[in-house]
Amino acid sequence: MKSVDVLVIGAGAAGLAAAVSLKENSIEDVLVVDRQNFAGGILFQCIHSGFGLHRFGEELTGPEYAQRYIDMAECQNVEMLLSSSVVDIVSKDDIKEVIILSQDSGLVKVKVKAIILAMGCRERNRGNINIPGSRPAGIFTAGLAQKLVNIEGYMPGNEFVIVGSGDIGLIMARRLTLEGAKVKAVLEIQPYPGGLDRNIVQCLDDFDIPLYTSHIVTNICGSRRVESVDVSEITDGRLTPKMKISCDTLLLSVGLIPENELSITAGVSLNAATAGPIVSSDYMTNVPGIFACGNVLHVHDLVDYVSDEASACAKAVSMYLANKLPQDKCIPVHSGNMVRYVVPSTVKPQCDAILKLRPVAPMKNVKIKVVSDRGDVLKSKKLIRAIPSEMITVQLNDVPTGCKSITVYFEI
Amino acid sequence: MAHKEMICIACPMGCCLDVEYDNSIISVKNNSCKVGIKYANDEIYDPRRMVTTTVKTNLAIAFLPVKTSKAISKNLVRNVIKELNDITVSSPVQIGSVIKKNICGTDADIIAARNIS
Ligand SMILES: Cc1cc2nc3c(=O)[nH]c(=O)nc-3n(C[C@H](O)[C@H](O)[C@H](O)COP(=O)(O)OP(=O)(O)OC[C@H]3O[C@@H](n4cnc5c(N)ncnc54)[C@H](O)[C@@H]3O)c2cc1C
Ligand code: SF4
Repeated sequence: MKSVDVLVIGAGAAGLAAAVSLKENSIEDVLVVDRQNFAGGILFQCIHSGFGLHRFGEELTGPEYAQRYIDMAECQNVEMLLSSSVVDIVSKDDIKEVIILSQDSGLVKVKVKAIILAMGCRERNRGNINIPGSRPAGIFTAGLAQKLVNIEGYMPGNEFVIVGSGDIGLIMARRLTLEGAKVKAVLEIQPYPGGLDRNIVQCLDDFDIPLYTSHIVTNICGSRRVESVDVSEITDGRLTPKMKISCDTLLLSVGLIPENELSITAGVSLNAATAGPIVSSDYMTNVPGIFACGNVLHVHDLVDYVSDEASACAKAVSMYLANKLPQDKCIPVHSGNMVRYVVPSTVKPQCDAILKLRPVAPMKNVKIKVVSDRGDVLKSKKLIRAIPSEMITVQLNDVPTGCKSITVYFEI
Repeated sequence: MAHKEMICIACPMGCCLDVEYDNSIISVKNNSCKVGIKYANDEIYDPRRMVTTTVKTNLAIAFLPVKTSKAISKNLVRNVIKELNDITVSSPVQIGSVIKKNICGTDADIIAARNIS
């Protein structure tokens, strides 16, 4: 049986950055596995620009950002197994066995000391949000439509309504318009847009595409193909029927969920708020030797942060292999007022930690505070604004010994 | 004197700029860096956008992602897309290769954003 020190599952932004950093931390024996026949993950379908401003100081498209990391991985001689799916992880004491189904080599078993989960996420679909109505053709998730248009060169329809104003939905509204389609409306259930302001401006406003916040689709009409959707407005928790929009295609851009099946099989516990694995500040899950980073851990808005997180995760893995990870008891991190989630779920005394969090709703002029159970303020940071579509990062230095928990909250 | 609020799209920060202008910019407020001033100036007198799209190929990968070498006038975006619909790339390209020079007379080139062999 083949054996390696570290197996990285997923060759997207997270997996590639993790592999490169492992090599930089002198871990030579690394294998990266991806089920697609190319490395780069989701980035190859994201042909718009907006990647890499933090990491490379220039604005790259998704494929360009991916290529930079593919080149680095090649330069470091990272071994990759493509067109191969990891189907099972079996943990026995310190040794783990990973079962891979490979197009070229069939069933492959690999013995590993550590695993980095970097499987990315998948899109929520109609079933996740329960849109009533018939089941005609013409309902797509936005990411699937993106793949069809940008990689396969196939237009999924002519007249679109987009449900959800996350960045993927907004970017597809522009892309489809430029390709000659009519995007009639973007509907958002929340009272505020889900995506970045800059995307509202350059994807919707530029093309006069209307955005309706506090609106939902209450019925999909059509027998063979979508013909129209009924839309209602939400006011004070009540629905008021508003309009019927004729269209032949409905795009759903209603959020992403970490790709968890494999993590669950491996016995990894999940966090209800992020829907990704529960990890400590060194990115290790409850299963010793299994680590997680990137969109499989929590959904990131910027790829630059994914790469940073993956590098930090790889560093922790190299310490784990050298038996140098701090063994101290973990201190739980709680989400307080207006905080939707915090990653990691635990920190360790006398160690540094990077906390990543998202607010529940948009706020202006707030203070983010990190406080121990004894009332010590570990960090306090002023923010001009906080919005759910932008992840907030707080650096904690030297978590004090003796605290039993810490809480992160917004002071308004 | 006119007054306009606009969101700077030059980086993901998306600062909400407060701009006063006449025949030229009088003041820009709420920008976190000086790129915001240039953005405000362009946006009022000559709004510009980067264009990213795909062109057909008859190579291993059927569609090549491309981008403009710099932002072009917003009202020429559709012309650029239209002109690119008629292009087919038939020899291998590297990231950065020029696919079409001076597209639609914009002074910008169309550049490959992916390697295709
Ligand atoms: C539509 C869209 C637009 C975006 N726009 C921007 C932007 O403008 N700017 C920006 O900075 N960021 C943007 N992002 C975010 C950024 O692209 C992602 O955060 C980042 O690429 C995620 O990287 P990842 O490696 O975690 O996941 P992915 O890229 O999804 O990689 C996961 C990989 O794991 C593989 N995999 C999964 N399960 C298995 C298995 N069992 N066996 C083998 N392989 C497996 C998959 O095939 C995939 O290649 C955007 C994202 C999307 C989806
Ligand atoms: S002003 Fe500077 S920091 Fe603010 S959005 Fe524009 S480029 Fe970004």
